This record gives sequence, C-alpha cells and structure tokens, in this order.
Amino acid sequence: MTNLLFFWNHFAFIILMVSGLFIIITSQNYIKKIVGLAIFQTSVFVFFVSLAKIIDGTAPILNSTNNVYSNPLPHVLILTAIVVGVATSALGLAIVLQIYKNYGSIEENEIKKEELKENN
Amino acid sequence: MSNEGLMILGLLTPLFAAFGSYCFKNNVNVRDSFGVLGGIVTFLISLKIFNGLQADEQYVLNLFTLFDGVDFLFNITPLGSIFSLVASSLWILASIYTVGYMRGAAEENQTRFVIFYSIAIHAALAIAWSGNLLMLFIFYEILTFSTFPLVGHKQNSESQAAGRVYLSILVGTSLVLFLPAIFWIWFETGSLNFTSGGILEGKFPTEHLMFLIAMLVFGIGKAAIMPIHRWLPAAMVAPTPVSALLHAVAVVKAGVFSFLMVVVYIIGPDYLLQSKASNWLVWLSSFTILTASIIAISKDDLKARLAYSTISQLSYIILGAALATTFALKGASFHIITHAIGKITLFFCAGAIYVTAHVKKISELGGLGFKTPMIFFAYTLGALSIIGVPPFIGSWSKLFLVIGSLEADFLFVAILLGISSLLNIYYLLQPVFIAFNKKNIKNIKITNAPLTIWPPMITGVGCLFLFFFSNYFLNIINGVVA
Amino acid sequence: MNIFLDDAPALVVVLPLLLAAIVAFIPSPRLAWFITIVTLVIHVLLSIELLSSFSSFGAIIYEFGNWPPPWGISFKLDGVNIGLQILFSAFVLIATIYARKIFLSEIDPEDSGKAYSFWLLAIGSLNGIILTNDIFNLFVFLEISALSSISLISLGAGTNRKALLAAFNYLIIGAIGATFYVIGVGFAYAMTGTLNMNDLIIQLTQYSEGQLAIFAGMSFMLIGLMVKSAVFPLHLWLPPAYSYAPSAVSTLFAALATKAILIFFVRILYEVFSIYNDYLILFLDYILLPLSLVAIFVGTIIAIYQDDIKKLLAYSSIAQIGYITLAFSIKDNTGVLAGFVHIFNHALIKGGLFMAVGYLAIALKDRVTLQSIEGYGQKFPITSYALLICGLSLIGLPLTNGFISKLYIFQALYINEMFLTIALVALSSALAVIYFWKIVEKLFFSSKGYKATSEDPAIYIPIWIIAISLIYFGIFSSSIVEFSSIASESLIKGGIN
Repeated sequence: MTNLLFFWNHFAFIILMVSGLFIIITSQNYIKKIVGLAIFQTSVFVFFVSLAKIIDGTAPILNSTNNVYSNPLPHVLILTAIVVGVATSALGLAIVLQIYKNYGSIEENEIKKEELKENN
Repeated sequence: MSNEGLMILGLLTPLFAAFGSYCFKNNVNVRDSFGVLGGIVTFLISLKIFNGLQADEQYVLNLFTLFDGVDFLFNITPLGSIFSLVASSLWILASIYTVGYMRGAAEENQTRFVIFYSIAIHAALAIAWSGNLLMLFIFYEILTFSTFPLVGHKQNSESQAAGRVYLSILVGTSLVLFLPAIFWIWFETGSLNFTSGGILEGKFPTEHLMFLIAMLVFGIGKAAIMPIHRWLPAAMVAPTPVSALLHAVAVVKAGVFSFLMVVVYIIGPDYLLQSKASNWLVWLSSFTILTASIIAISKDDLKARLAYSTISQLSYIILGAALATTFALKGASFHIITHAIGKITLFFCAGAIYVTAHVKKISELGGLGFKTPMIFFAYTLGALSIIGVPPFIGSWSKLFLVIGSLEADFLFVAILLGISSLLNIYYLLQPVFIAFNKKNIKNIKITNAPLTIWPPMITGVGCLFLFFFSNYFLNIINGVVA
Repeated sequence: MNIFLDDAPALVVVLPLLLAAIVAFIPSPRLAWFITIVTLVIHVLLSIELLSSFSSFGAIIYEFGNWPPPWGISFKLDGVNIGLQILFSAFVLIATIYARKIFLSEIDPEDSGKAYSFWLLAIGSLNGIILTNDIFNLFVFLEISALSSISLISLGAGTNRKALLAAFNYLIIGAIGATFYVIGVGFAYAMTGTLNMNDLIIQLTQYSEGQLAIFAGMSFMLIGLMVKSAVFPLHLWLPPAYSYAPSAVSTLFAALATKAILIFFVRILYEVFSIYNDYLILFLDYILLPLSLVAIFVGTIIAIYQDDIKKLLAYSSIAQIGYITLAFSIKDNTGVLAGFVHIFNHALIKGGLFMAVGYLAIALKDRVTLQSIEGYGQKFPITSYALLICGLSLIGLPLTNGFISKLYIFQALYINEMFLTIALVALSSALAVIYFWKIVEKLFFSSKGYKATSEDPAIYIPIWIIAISLIYFGIFSSSIVEFSSIASESLIKGGIN
C-alpha cells in the first residue's frame, strides 16, 4: 500500500462528484443545476480516464520501442459518455428555455410560488 | 334434460330475467313479471335438483381449469340445494312483494332495482351451487357488488354513506381475510374442492386451524358475526324488498352458508371436533347471539330491531357450525331454511306497515293492529317461528341446536339458547302487543297495498304449514351430515 | 432474407433507431404514424422470429461485428428476456395504433414528425435495454431512452406547462442515476477488465471472498438502476413525469420503461453478483424488501388522496413496482417466478388503464380529475367499462390476471414463511380497493344523466384488446406462467448459459 497520494485521482473524482451533486441539490437556478450535473458527470469521466493510465505506459499506438501501452478502452467508453453528457446538457438547456418562455423565470423558488398561486 | 343442462338453465335464468327487465323497461307490468317468472323457473329447477340429490343423482358442471388444482366448477351439495331452494322460492314471493312496495312507495329507478335484484339472485344461486372455494369467492364478490346499487338505491346522502359502509366492510374483510385464507388452504392441500368429509385432514397443520377459522369467520363478512356486523343495520336504509330478500335471505344466508360449507366440506366436521379449534368460536357466536338480542330490545325503529335480530339468528348458524356435532350441523342447516322463511315474513310485514300506514317506529304502531289485522297476523306467525314455538317450523332448528350443544358438552350454550328465546319473545312480540293496544289508536290514513300483504301471509302460514312436512327437509339435511 | 433474420437481435433495436432519423423530417402526421406502424410490424415479426429461434436453439448470443468478448458488445436473448421481448413488441404496436388520435389531439401537427421520431427512439432504446449483455451498453441505451422520454414528456407542455418542470426534474434525477450506474461500471471494469456480463461472471470468480471495490461498484450500479426504475425512495421523478406527459407517452412508459430496467436489475442481482451470496442476502433482506413494503404502502396511500387521476395511477405504479421488487427480494424460485408474472401482468394492466384515462383526457381537453369525470360512465360507456376491467385486474379480482399475480406472490411469501409480509400485502390490496372504488364511484354511480356519445373506434379498440387480454390471461394463465418459469429458472441457474 503506497501512500495515499498515489490515489490522487480517486480524491479528485470524489471532490468533483460531491461538488457537482451539491450544486445540483442546492442551486435555485436551473442553469446552475445543469452546470452541476455537467461537473458531476465530468468527475466520472476523469475517474475512468485516469484508470486507463498504466504506469510507464505510452499512447496505445503500436511502436517498436515500448511494449507497455495505456488502456484505450476506457477512453472509448468515455467518448460515448461525453457525447451523452453533451446531449443531456443540450436537452436540459432547451427545456430551461421553454420553462423561461412559459413561466418567465428560471429560479426554482419563483416557479414554486407561481405553482402555488395556480393551485389556489 | 341433462343434469348439466339443468344447472346451466338454473344459473342463467336470473340473468335472462335481468336482461328481460332491461329490454321491457318501458312496460312496467312485463318488466316486473320477469322476476316472478324467473323465480318460478329457478324454483322448479331447484326442486328437481333437491329431489334428484335424494335419489343419489350427481349435479356437476366443470367448465375449464383456472389454475393448478382449481377448476371453474359447479357441484351441488345437499346443503347447496337447500340454499338454492330457499333463495329461489322466496324470490317468487319477493318479486310480487317488490311490485307492491315499489309502486306503493313510489320509488324511482325501479328498472335498475329489478335488474340488480335478479343479478344478485344469480350470484346467490351460483354461490349455492359452487363446487370449490374459489368459485364461491368469485360469486360472493359478485353478490356484494350487485347488491351495492340496491343498498344505495335512494341515492340520498344517507344511502350513499350506508353504501360505503356496506362495501368497505364486506370487500375489505373478504380481500384481507377470506382470500388469503383461501390461498392458505390451497397452499397446504393443493385443492379447493368441496368434498364430503373435508380436505384438510392430514394436510393442514392442526395448530394453525384456529387461525384459519378466525380468518374465515371474520373474512366472510356477510355472516355478520360481531364485530363485523355493522354493515347490516347500515344496509337497512335500502327499500324493504332489499332488506327482506337480500338481507334476510340471500346475502346473509350466503355468508353463513359459505361458512357452513367450509366447515362441512373443506375442514370436515370430524376433524374440526377432534381438533377443538372452534371452541373459541362457540363463545364468540354465543356472545353475538346475546348481545345482538339485547341491542335489538333497545331499538325503536322496526327494521333496525329486525336487523339485530337477524345478526343474532345468524350466529345460531355459526354456533351450530362451530359446535360441529351431528345435531348442531343439522340444526344449523335447517336454520337456514327456518330463519329465512320466518325473517322474510317479518321484513315483508315491516315494509307493508310502511307502505300502508307510513309508520317506521314501533312506538307509533299503537292501534294499527285493528286497521291492518292481516299484516300483524302474518307478523305473529313469523315471530313465533323464529322464537321457536311448536308447531312452527322454527322449533325444529332450535331443538336440534340445543341437542347439538348438549352433544358437545356445552351445557352453558344450551341454556343461552333458552335465554335467547326468551329475549326473542320480548322484542319480537312487543310490536304486536303495542299494535293491538286500544289505548293508542291514532288517526292514520291507510293506503291499500294488497301485493305487500299476501306474500307475508303466504310465508307466515308456510312457517306453520311446513312443520307438518318437516320429514321432507330432514331427509336431505341428514344427507348433509352423512 | 437469411441475413436479415440472422441479425434479428440487432435489427429489433437498430431498425427503430434508424427510422427515427427518417421520421423526424416527415411533415405529415399521418405519414409519420404510418411509417412508425410499418416499422413496428416488422419489429413484431422479428420478435416472433427470435421466439422461434429461442424455442429451437435455446439462448442466443449475438456479437456485434463478430468481436468476441471482452472486446465486443453482445446482445443476449435467453429465458429471462424472451417473454418481455414478445410482450414489448406486441404492446408497443398496440400502443402506437392507439397513439395516433391521441397525438393528433395533444401535440401540434408540425411537431408530430419529431414526436414519432422520439417515440421510435424510445422504443429502440428500451428494446436495447432488454437485450443487451454489456454493462456499458446498458448505460448508452439507458441514456437514449431517458433523453427520448424527456423530449416526449416535454411535448405535454402543450396541454399543461408543468410537463416542462416534470421533464427537467426527470432529466436531472435520471442523469444522476445513470451516472451512478456508470461509476459502478467503472469499478467493475477496474477490477475485472471486462464489460460483458457473461465474462464478468467468470472473471468475478477470482474475487470470491469479495473486495470492497467490487461491493462499492455493485452498490453504485444497483442504486443507479433503482433510480431509473423508480424504487422507493428514488421514485420522486415518476409521478409528475407520468401525469403531465401526453397520454400515449404515459401509456408506453408506465407499461414498459421501468419493467425493462427491472429485468436488467434482476439480472445483475441474481446472475452477475450471485457468487457474493452474503452480500446478496443482505441487500435483499435489509434494503430491497423493506423498501418494497414501504413503496407499496406509500404509493397506495398517496394514491388514495389524489384527485388527479393520472397522478393516482402513477402512485399506484410505484406501489406495483413495489410488489415486483418484493417478489424479487424473495430469494428462491417461487419469488422470482412471482416477480416475472407480475412484470408481465402489470405492464398490461397499467397500459390499459393509462390508455383508457388518456381517452377521457382528450375528450375532456383538461386534466382528468375525480370531479371532472363524474358521470362519464354513461357518457363514454365503452371506454369506462374497459377502465373498469383494468381496475378490477389491478385490485386482483379472480378471473383477471391481477389475481394470478397476487396468487403467485402470496404463494412465494407463504412458502418462505414470511407471514407478516403476507398480512401487509393483503392489507395493501384492501387499501388499493379504496382508490379504485373512488374512480368507479365517480364514473358509474353519479347522478348526472349523460347520454352516451359515440366513441372513436380507433381508440377504444386497442383499449379493449388490452382489457380482453387481461381477462384472457386471468383465465388461461398458462402462457404467462410458462414464460415466467422459463425466466426464473434461467435466472437462478446463474446465467452462465
């Protein structure tokens, strides 16, 4: 068990993940929530990609000198995940735009007030 | 006609009657005659089956398999034939009575009433003829749902509230207790068929029998054992033909009939006796008998008093089932007949009093006896039968129950039955005394409604008349406990 | 033709996805609907082909590009998902036939091309969830289905702008759930180096005592899937999403979306992580079972107090999902069998209910509430009676398929001697009658004398097909029970087939 600093990528992942979740939960502004979601998803990407690095590994392109390659599979998976994240953020922003058109605000507390007024 | 054909015809006739009433809803005389015709047809079929069973005929109708070990099965047992005979014969009279009452009281929505009445009879017949416990459950539920529009007929807030109490108690108990009990029986034995001698012996753990019986007696809410009895007085807001046929004959009898079927054909009387799992039920039903009678004394509304009397009388049948000795079971089975005829007389009379004199309360009956003597004559006959005085037919069932309780070494119960008869004398005959009390003659306008008076006369006289033909019934009742 | 059929497992997923791209650009609603129907008919034929292949040859594993695991992605069609595959394609076709008039009524005609496109995307991705054998591939399909669902839900904004908030809520919560799932996948990959489920089972045997990383990964995966399949308490996105979506959309999702994910969830529990028996028992007994019971009661009780009927049905769905997870948390053959039986039956029941309520919604042109449907039993008798049959099946009346589900659940509980649970389930059935009865009372027993209006056969025929199927499967339950027992045997065996 080497020192904890060896696992710095895990710590980075955890800090980013929790920050993202915190932003989602505590923000009142919908766009901030989407930003939080993006940070949360990015933390996962960071984690995966950091797992791919093999010690003394080089880029996974065949060459004659080096025999140790970093793992390209997680990169591929993360590419997919990034695309998904982009689509999610785009869709989220589109919905926020429509919410703004319909409610005149993108702050959660103001919209809740509108809802209460509508129910009564 | 083949036996299966007879059964199919019997089951479908009430549905045809309902359909016929729907088609002829604009011609009131044709519409109302369908009930009478249907009643006559089903009565004749029930009679044929009743006689056929004595000649050892089999009446089995198996339509298809529902799931492992359980079929869509009709199988007429001696007990079932008794119930269907009672229900169909009284349907004829009730249909005639309904015409008189509904027109006399100018009730609305009479077509809807007649249609659901017929469907309820169909459900009662199917319960009587069901071959296994699941079939009984299915038609038990159909009976609940088809009688709901009848209970809530008047559609005022009182009826709607009563309807909700009715439905919630009956459906609630059947889903939470009755259905799981059915599953339990199926899990342990793999079958639900009504078999002579029962199916539980050897397969069902005896330690758990007590719980099964508890689930069944409280789950079959129509048997109205305390504390599942509240729906009965609540349902009295319905028009009297409903109270008469359904809550004196079809619905409540379906409840105690179901419980009796379970005791005789699923648990088996011998198994029950040796396991002593129903001793607690003897006490609870005795408690119900006594308490309901005491509550009945306190009621001034005639129908409410009769309702509590019914609760008390139903527990006689449950008591007989719980005692499970030969005479107790005979008494319970016979009581289905005797109480039905007697109680329907009383309810018919209560409705007749309402239609002719617009009186509902016992305290207001003063002097009415002189103006409508025939009603009170019929009432007295019915009351004496329920009290159990010979030569009325009700005396047989009471006698058998007393013998049965002595057979089972429950002397206390025998004494209690005696006390109950004394209470019956008081609260059932008090209205008659008030009615013939000259001091209270008031000026009440009497509307003539002969169709409401003849049916109770027929059933009242029947209570007396059938006593001399008891042999006929005793033959098949012996077949129940054979 | 042979090549076509050889690739049937891939085509059932790819075909709807491809045609979604085409349908998006079609301006006419009728043409878009027609192309969708043709696609789905081919989909049904392919599913039938898959069924016959399965009956002759057993489990099918289809490798994309002929890359073997652990490098390639594969689809697996085995006992566990063949039943749901058939039900899925049949139901989706019926729902799409039903959807035409509903879409016309609730969605702008110029958006309908896009609506059908999202519809096909949702169908293709849900089918992918059912078939996939690769844990990361599941994430991809999960996200495709989420994005298309969100778009479809937000189309409901034409009728009620709350649909936008519901869609946004679902987006955030769903994305969190899916990302948790990916974290779990990451852990699993880090420990074993493979993403293929069959391979994963083999690789995990080297860690038979269990490593913390694997347990952590498993937990993330399971929680992520629980979010997406709306297990209490991660269910909060479901009621708004189902009630404000367009009616046809609610039908599709209520019936099938959570079920497909639950099948995968069960696969992970019983196949992949079955070697960690202690952990499995811990999870099932202390987490899934209590949460299922709470879900059942919370869902039922909140449903009783709802006025809005679609919300009532959504909360009822949460309770029913609780029944399914309850059945699956019973760790033996009978429990898993009961779970599969209820998956099939509930898909049909809820589909039928939402369809019927959807028709009332477009007839009312307003929110369907208990007040607004008063007396509609006389106004729309055909649809109302179908609704009655579906409702009776929901509360489990004998002769309907809901009764068969209850029977098998009770049997599983009884054989495992979980008597307290039996009492609780019986009690909840009685509670469900309350909200069912409220709807029936308002529909049929009110004093408003409506005359029966003519109803559109294009809408009530699909509803009645489903209603009749409920009674059919209630009486002749053998086909559903057989599919379920194939599924449960295949699952318990360990999935290494």
